[in-house]
Amino acid sequence: MPEKLIFEKSVPGRRAVVFPELDVPALDLDSLIPKELQRKEPAKLPEVSENEVVRHFTRLSQMNFGVDTGFYPLGSCTMKYNPKINEETSRLPGFARLHPYQPEDTVQGALQLMYETTVDLSEIAGMDFGTLQPAAGAHGELTGMMIIRAYHQSRGDVKRTKVIVPDSAHGTNPATAALCGFKIVEIKSMPNGEVDVEALRKAVDDETAGLMLTNPNTVGVFDPNIQEIARIVHDAGGLLYYDGANMNAIMGYARPGDMGFDVIHFNLHKTFSTPHGGGGPGACYVGVKDFLVPFLPKPVVQFDEDQNRYYLDYDRPQSIGRVKAFYGNFGVVVKTYTYLRAMGGEGLKRASGNAVLNANYLLSLLKDHYHVAFDRTCMHEFIITPKNLKDTGVRTLDIAKRLLDYGYHPPTIYFPLIVDEAMMIEPTETETKETLDSFAEAMINIAKEARENPELVTGAPRKTIVGRLDEVRAARQPNLRYTE
Amino acid sequence: MSFPNELKYSKDHEWVRVEGNKAVIGITSHAAEALGDVVFVELPEVDDSVTAGEAFGSVESVKAVSDVFSPVSGTVVAVNEALLDSPELINSDPYGEGWMIEVEMEDASQLEELLSASDYEAFLKEE
Repeated sequence: MPEKLIFEKSVPGRRAVVFPELDVPALDLDSLIPKELQRKEPAKLPEVSENEVVRHFTRLSQMNFGVDTGFYPLGSCTMKYNPKINEETSRLPGFARLHPYQPEDTVQGALQLMYETTVDLSEIAGMDFGTLQPAAGAHGELTGMMIIRAYHQSRGDVKRTKVIVPDSAHGTNPATAALCGFKIVEIKSMPNGEVDVEALRKAVDDETAGLMLTNPNTVGVFDPNIQEIARIVHDAGGLLYYDGANMNAIMGYARPGDMGFDVIHFNLHKTFSTPHGGGGPGACYVGVKDFLVPFLPKPVVQFDEDQNRYYLDYDRPQSIGRVKAFYGNFGVVVKTYTYLRAMGGEGLKRASGNAVLNANYLLSLLKDHYHVAFDRTCMHEFIITPKNLKDTGVRTLDIAKRLLDYGYHPPTIYFPLIVDEAMMIEPTETETKETLDSFAEAMINIAKEARENPELVTGAPRKTIVGRLDEVRAARQPNLRYTE
Repeated sequence: MSFPNELKYSKDHEWVRVEGNKAVIGITSHAAEALGDVVFVELPEVDDSVTAGEAFGSVESVKAVSDVFSPVSGTVVAVNEALLDSPELINSDPYGEGWMIEVEMEDASQLEELLSASDYEAFLKEE
């Protein structure tokens, strides 16, 4: 049954708490808040009892779906399991109860953790150093592109205003470059999903600030021409930005720094097992090669070997400045550190190996039942479409909705844009063979339903608390505010 | 899906209706159907210039946001303001009330690059 809004449960005069009589002198409101800033009528807050509040939000929380409740193969997002030991370590009082203005000598452990996390992630990335300040991936991209801009400007090379973005790049890349003031030059992928090297050669010139690339890219393909691509961009005087959205495919096997990238970001909430979005917050590492270290956001965590002491270095005249208050989302960094230490180098490598194995196993189960967009060995994710079911009238959205009836969170749909009716599946390494088998069985059943009884699919979902929502009306006439 | 014979078509799925030196531009019924229900349209302003092959606006459906590319270069002389409040016109009448912009063409020879209705239909089959 749908849950009423908390406002709809409101009854005038009902209270969760009764305040005692005022036993201190009352101050005149006008003496505290200027008259023109005082609200004219009382706020319309819901009037409910305590147990109603608790039940309401508990019920809502039970409607949530997350990796702790079920399989969540959201392509491009790496919804891997978030180990519970991360929660324990990040709640240790020595980390959780720090104040950001505490003297450095009293937070040596926290600084050491930040320093070691930066060094370890730089090792995985093949970079020289980095920052943990950005709040999440897109913010990390912006930080990285600001570093590239600052680098060109520091050399007086202000003509470089263009950033090349292949159409198979992570969706946020062109937005980031545009926000940073660059003009976007898009180059098309080849039919096999790789960057068109000849098109790139034609696109670069002395106005090229850089190239943003995701490798493996958004169609799940590792670009074997990456070194050639790097050479073309470097020869033109541009820098290479690596979007780490898909790092989960290659940890310990390949390093973006070795491929020729100059700047990179990792989404700690993807590859490094911290929670996503509302369950986060997110956090991000941005790594750079030596020549870009002076431009990193400040402060930078450093280690003074003579004094055997960690410190925050603010004396960085070429820094792009702060990108976030204090030192980033530190609690999330504790979770990443825990993951790195729990897994170890060999463990991280095996995680990537299993992520790729799981994706290929699932692909092999589904390829006879759905059209495969790029029919080749995939990396950690792959794209299928219902092109083979076209005559049934069933579209990707319908399959996604039907999966809800089977108890799964649907994969990413209609992304990437370069594949018509795309469904992008990323199982991650933390799923068992049994889970993958059950999911494949559900997908195969849905293909069968599409042929035999398409209304079952086009009318889904039926088992959820509400049925198919009118997304079009919600977008055209959004009703975002409660009115009586 | 229909493709009126009097229009010219681009491989990016826009149509052009030529009126003297002016070109009225919109997206084809194929594009409208592939996008699904359009919920938001972003258009240039009158006097903005547009360049052949470059984006002049975007259409958003519940599935995706897509750029709309200008088939010709020139100056925008009229914009279909009705789309801002009623983007569904693109789905219901893509070649009529769903028109997007009118452009004073710089170089009418650019029209030669465009496809006829039958060529466009053949192009869709290949795609």
